[in-house]
Amino acid sequence: MTAPSPAPATTDTLLSVRDLTVEFGTKGQTPFRAVDGVSFDVRPGQTVGLVGESGCGKSVTSLAIMGLLPKRGNKVAGSATFDGTDLLTLDDREMRDRRGRDVAMIFQDPLSSLNPVVSIGVQVAEVLQRHRGMKKSAAMAESRDLLDKVGIPDPSRRLKEYPHQLSGGMRQRALIAMALACKPRLLIADEPTTALDVTIQAQILNLLKELVVDSGTALIMITHDLGVVAGLCDEVNVLYGGRIVETAPRHELFASPRHPYTNGLLGSIPRLDGARNEQLAAIPGSVADNIPWTSGCAFAPRCSRAIDVCRAETPSLEQDSVAIEDHLLRCHNPWPTGGEA
Amino acid sequence: MSPMQRKKDRIDALAATAGTAGDIPDAGHVSESGGLSLIGSAWLRLRRNPVFLVGATITALFVLLAIFAPLIAPHSGTANPLIGQVTTNHPIPNPQSGYPLGGDNQGRDLLSRLILGSRQTLIVGVLATLAGLAGGLVLGTLAGSFGGRVDTVVMRIVDVMLSLPSLLLALAVATLFGQPSQWTLIIAISVVQIPIFARLLRGSMLSQRSSDHVLAARALGVKRGPITFRHMLPNSLGPVLVQATLVLAVSIIEAASLSFLGLGNPDDSSPEWGQMLGRAQDLFDIAPHIAFWPAGCIVVVAFGFTLMGESLREALDPRNRR
Repeated sequence: MTAPSPAPATTDTLLSVRDLTVEFGTKGQTPFRAVDGVSFDVRPGQTVGLVGESGCGKSVTSLAIMGLLPKRGNKVAGSATFDGTDLLTLDDREMRDRRGRDVAMIFQDPLSSLNPVVSIGVQVAEVLQRHRGMKKSAAMAESRDLLDKVGIPDPSRRLKEYPHQLSGGMRQRALIAMALACKPRLLIADEPTTALDVTIQAQILNLLKELVVDSGTALIMITHDLGVVAGLCDEVNVLYGGRIVETAPRHELFASPRHPYTNGLLGSIPRLDGARNEQLAAIPGSVADNIPWTSGCAFAPRCSRAIDVCRAETPSLEQDSVAIEDHLLRCHNPWPTGGEA
Repeated sequence: MSPMQRKKDRIDALAATAGTAGDIPDAGHVSESGGLSLIGSAWLRLRRNPVFLVGATITALFVLLAIFAPLIAPHSGTANPLIGQVTTNHPIPNPQSGYPLGGDNQGRDLLSRLILGSRQTLIVGVLATLAGLAGGLVLGTLAGSFGGRVDTVVMRIVDVMLSLPSLLLALAVATLFGQPSQWTLIIAISVVQIPIFARLLRGSMLSQRSSDHVLAARALGVKRGPITFRHMLPNSLGPVLVQATLVLAVSIIEAASLSFLGLGNPDDSSPEWGQMLGRAQDLFDIAPHIAFWPAGCIVVVAFGFTLMGESLREALDPRNRR
C-alpha cells in the first residue's frame, strides 16, 4: 500500500517531492486524505504538469509545498526537498523568507488575487522591497520594468492604476510580474488561465513559457486542461483521488495514454472535427464517488475497464512494462499501447 | 486514418492552440479607465436615493449649525435679557418679538441656547464615536490579525463589555470619575461603542484573512505587519465606517440620556440638548415647550444620522453591487 520508492533524486533536481501526504480532519474523526503519497521531481528549467479533475489534490499539493496550508486542521507528511532543504520542515519565518524569493506561486483568479485598494505598482514594489531590500523609488522603477517585461502596455500609467481598472489578462500579467519579481527558481502556477478568455489564455501561456525558458525557472503547472499540458509541459503527472495514477513525459503520455483515467480526460475534450450528432464523451460519475485507495483502485467505480482485481487489490505505481521511456502507471488493467480505439 | 493517428493529430492541434496564439493583439487594453470603483458606483446610487438625501441634508445642516453656532445664535447663551419677566408665578418668559421661542427660567434666550447646544452635542457625539472607533480598531485588528488564542482572549473581553447594558456601563464610568463632566460623558459612551466596532472589524478581518489576495500576498512572503495593515485592514474598514455613522446617532442619544440623568456637564453656561431637557422636566407641566424643543432636536438629528448611515450601508453592501 505504500507508494513504490521512486528513483533517488538526481543531483540536478531542484525540487524533489517524496511521499507527500496531506490529511484534513479534526481530532476523533477519520481524517480525509487529500494527497496520498505523491512523489515527483522538478529540474531547473523544466515544466512539470499536475493534471486532474477538481478535488484530486492538485492545489493542496502546491499549497503544502508552499507552506500555505492553514496551521490547524491538517497533517502534512513526506518531504519536499528544494535545493537540499526540506521545505516542509522549515519554520514559519524561514519559509516566509523563501516564498516570493526562491519559490513563487500564481493563482487561478487574477482579480481576487490582487489587493483591490492598493495600486498595481505598490503591489509589485512590495515584493521587491520585501526580498531585495530596495527603496521605494527604486522598487517602483523596477516594477515599471517588470510590467513592461510581462507585456503590459503603457506600464508607467498602469503602475498607478488599481486592479479593477485592468482587464483580466493584464491582471494575470501583473500577478506574474509580482511572482517573478525576485527571479524565483521555482514557480507554481495553479490553473493560471482558468478564469481568462481563450485568446488571453494562449497569451498568458506563451508568456509563461517565454519567461521560463529565458530565466531557467522551473515551473509546476497545475491544470485540468490537457491543452495547456500539451502546449507547455515536459513531464506530466496525472492525479486521481490524491494519488498519482500515471507519470510520463508529455509525448509519451499523449502518444500512448495507458491509464483509463488519462484516456477519459483525453477523450472528454470536445472536437471540432467530430460528427455533430456525436455525444460528448464524459467520464461517468464524479470524484465524489471515490472509494478510498485502501480497498482497491479508487477509480474502479467510474472505470470502463475495471475488472475484479481492481476492486480487490490496490494497484501500485510501477514502470509500464511495454513503454520504452520512463512511464509510471497505477493500474491493473491499462489500455493496450495505442490507447482507446 | 488510424485512431492512433487521429489522436496524435488532435494533440498536435491542442499544442498548436496553446503555443501559437501569441500574435493575437492584446485584447487586454479594454480597461475601463473612467471605470467605477466601489465608492463611485455607490455614490451614483446614493445621489438618487431620497432616504440618503434627507439624512445627508439633516446631517449637513446640523454640522453647519454646530460649526457656526456663535454666528447664527441671535443672543448669547449666558446673558439673561428676559430675567425681568421671570416671576414665581410665571417662571418661563413667553415667546415674543426677538425671542421666537421665549426664554428659560433664568431669562436666557431659548433659541440661542438650542443653537449653541448643537455644538456641544456634536462634539460629544463625534468624539465619543471616534474614541469608540479607535478602541474598536485596536481590539479588532489584534483579534483579526493574530487569530487563534489572541482572538479568543480579545473577543471574550469584548463579549464581557457587550453583555453589560450600555447605559449602565456608561453610568458606572461616569460615577467612577466622581465629578461628571463633558469628558466623563465621552469616555462613558465610547467604552460602550468599543465592542460593537471590535466585533465588526474582527469579522471582516477574518474574512479578509482567508481571501485570495491575502493568500497571494502570503505566497510572496509578505510579512504579518504589511499583510495586516496594507492588505487586510483597508479592505475591512468599509462596514466599520458605515457603522460609525449609525453609532454617531446612538452616541448623541446616549449623551442626551446621560446629561438628562445629570451625568453630563453640570455647567449650564455651555448648553447641551440633553442637559436642557433634564432641566426642563421640573417645569414640564407649566411650560412643556422648553422640553419639546431640545427633545425634538435630538430626535431629528439622530434620525438624520440613522437615515444616512442606513443608506450608506445599503449602498456599500456588496450584495447590492452590479
